[in-house]
Amino acid sequence: MRIPHMSKVQRLVLSAVLIILGFAGRELWQLQLVFSWLMVAAGLLAGYPIFKKAFSALRYKILGIDALVTIAVIGAVIIGEYWEAAAVTFLFSLGDYLESRSIEKTRSSIRALLDLAPVTARVLRDGREEVIPAEGVVQDDLIVVKPGEKVSVDGVVTQGYGALNQAAITGEPLPVEALSGSEVFSGSILESGYLIIKARRVGEETTFARILHMVEDAQDKKARTQKFLEKFSRYYTPGIIILAVILFVLTRDVTLSLTLLVIACPGALVISTPVSIVAGIGAGARQGILIKGGDIMERLGTVTAVALDKTGTLTEGRPRVSEVIPLGSHCSDELMRIAASGEAYSEHPLGTAVVSHAETQFGITGLNKPDDSRIIPGQGIEFSLEGNRYFIGNRRLFTDMEITLEEETEARLTAQEELGRTGVLVGTPQGVLGIIAIEDSLRPGVQELVQELRDQGVRHIAMLTGDGRRTAQAVAGNLGLDSVHSGLLPEDKVRVLAELQVGYGQTAMVGDGVNDAPALAAADLGIALGGAGKDIAMETADVVLLSSRIQKLSAALSLSRATVRNMKQNIVFALGVAGLLLAGVLVKTVNLSFGMLVHELSVLLVILNALRLMYFRAPGDTGRSLPRRLSKLHGRKRGRKKSRMEVV
Amino acid sequence: MTVKTYQLETVSCPSCIAKIEGMLKKTGGVTEAEVLFNSSRVRVQFDETEVDSQTLKSRITALGYPVKGER
Repeated sequence: MRIPHMSKVQRLVLSAVLIILGFAGRELWQLQLVFSWLMVAAGLLAGYPIFKKAFSALRYKILGIDALVTIAVIGAVIIGEYWEAAAVTFLFSLGDYLESRSIEKTRSSIRALLDLAPVTARVLRDGREEVIPAEGVVQDDLIVVKPGEKVSVDGVVTQGYGALNQAAITGEPLPVEALSGSEVFSGSILESGYLIIKARRVGEETTFARILHMVEDAQDKKARTQKFLEKFSRYYTPGIIILAVILFVLTRDVTLSLTLLVIACPGALVISTPVSIVAGIGAGARQGILIKGGDIMERLGTVTAVALDKTGTLTEGRPRVSEVIPLGSHCSDELMRIAASGEAYSEHPLGTAVVSHAETQFGITGLNKPDDSRIIPGQGIEFSLEGNRYFIGNRRLFTDMEITLEEETEARLTAQEELGRTGVLVGTPQGVLGIIAIEDSLRPGVQELVQELRDQGVRHIAMLTGDGRRTAQAVAGNLGLDSVHSGLLPEDKVRVLAELQVGYGQTAMVGDGVNDAPALAAADLGIALGGAGKDIAMETADVVLLSSRIQKLSAALSLSRATVRNMKQNIVFALGVAGLLLAGVLVKTVNLSFGMLVHELSVLLVILNALRLMYFRAPGDTGRSLPRRLSKLHGRKRGRKKSRMEVV
Repeated sequence: MTVKTYQLETVSCPSCIAKIEGMLKKTGGVTEAEVLFNSSRVRVQFDETEVDSQTLKSRITALGYPVKGER
């Protein structure tokens, strides 16, 4: 007989109608036989997909929950418990349907990200705009972006000006300014203005595509708890089946054994961890917090020590010259000209700061390039210019070169360092010509961050820096850090981390990911700040904070703590229900259909609990949820709403 | 060896894992099969000279888990 195709819902509704009719027949007209037949029909209708699955699995000699339910139902029919048979199949199917619907919902927290991927691109070819599928864009294409449109590539703005919403990537609700020379990412939406972008990276190479893949892969990396529970369930199910058989042999009580079969699948327990993790990772991704897997989520939730890199993490990472101090008979202009020439090829942030200060404040351009220059790691550079030898660097460079620092030099240098500035000495083999003081201001919100970390149970907060002791201490100043480690080379950072791990347990290293790669890798957890667009940081860190707002660190910590808490609630609840059910069945207070009802309800409750995580917001985070923001954007696109930020 | 990841319609019960993995592992040519429960996907490693992707997909579908996509 061919059974016509029906949707799950149709099946369930029809089955419910049959059950009601059956009861009506029995209660109103005493039609016992009709009742029995209607119950069997209802059971068959609701249970058909279960039976089918059970048989197809049996072909491969696999005994799943479907098979157990099928056996229980057949058993119930044989012993004449028709209502029980119908109730079990109906409840199981209903539970299964609701389960898949709600589980899809936790998974959708990640799939929603996929919908944010750009679909089309407006390309400028031969002077004409052309809308093509996003995957058709090639490197160096010029892309035109109009208000309300999505950027389809990673690239650099060559023309135009606008307010760019990067929420899809960084989770930041406020738009950023994009102008000629700005780096922009695929997936951002232009709120207002007009941009022409030169494509640097397209398709799968874009930051957005990489983030998507990382999130997708992250959800499948199991938490330790999940692995444990899966192993547990591998023994639990066969254990219960054996128990059912033993009980039958001993007591000859079919009902009891069948009821045991129904609760043999520890559904809620096995589902308890993955649903929380997937919801947690999804919630994080939408806020620009990339947590690369369940085990990382678990570890992040138990961090007891945090090591913060100074430059680029606690500070803005944009050092600028704050004072030029010529010594002796030398003048500022001369000092800057020599320093800028020496640093002309330098890629060191301090060097770049010196060169740009020389250009903007002193109007020094068209420099003579040094004849030869040598970088002395951790100290500075040595170079020749117009026949003279010069040194630019820290105190150690000058002591190593046996150049005496006069008393005045030492005093001036110390004074700058106590202000939290880095003093760069410029000199010749004969002596110091002057000092260039460089400052890198603290990121806003660092003070609050330290307090938030403490509130989250972090016992030790350390600062790691390559700067000298005085500068480091001045910056750490009243931040209330527990320790400051200064004058560190990259390998020293690894050593300090090992000490912290021994002293305080689970240690996270937070860096901007550019020169901290070894430290990020050495820590229990590497957290990269401002990772969007920085490939190495995105690849090596365990947690990537895509925006450069340092507050995201405490948001990440509280999210992971909330996720772990959610997971634990689920496990405790699932274990409790499984234990109670088992006990209830053994003392015969739980019958077949009630056992199924409780079993299905517990699974649903566990999923619903995990769903709460999708709406998780760190305390103090005022950013609106992504879906609302997007609907606002779409509204704006149609001209119904006005932009929050006007760009003139 | 070819490795494919199939996106399945909701794998919601943990016993589905054993079922799908078990079936695939008993299929000739399949060297590895892992159900990624969290994302409702299954990753299969197989020898294309012995079994093709289409057969695998139809077998998974026949088991009650329609394949929605692959990569």
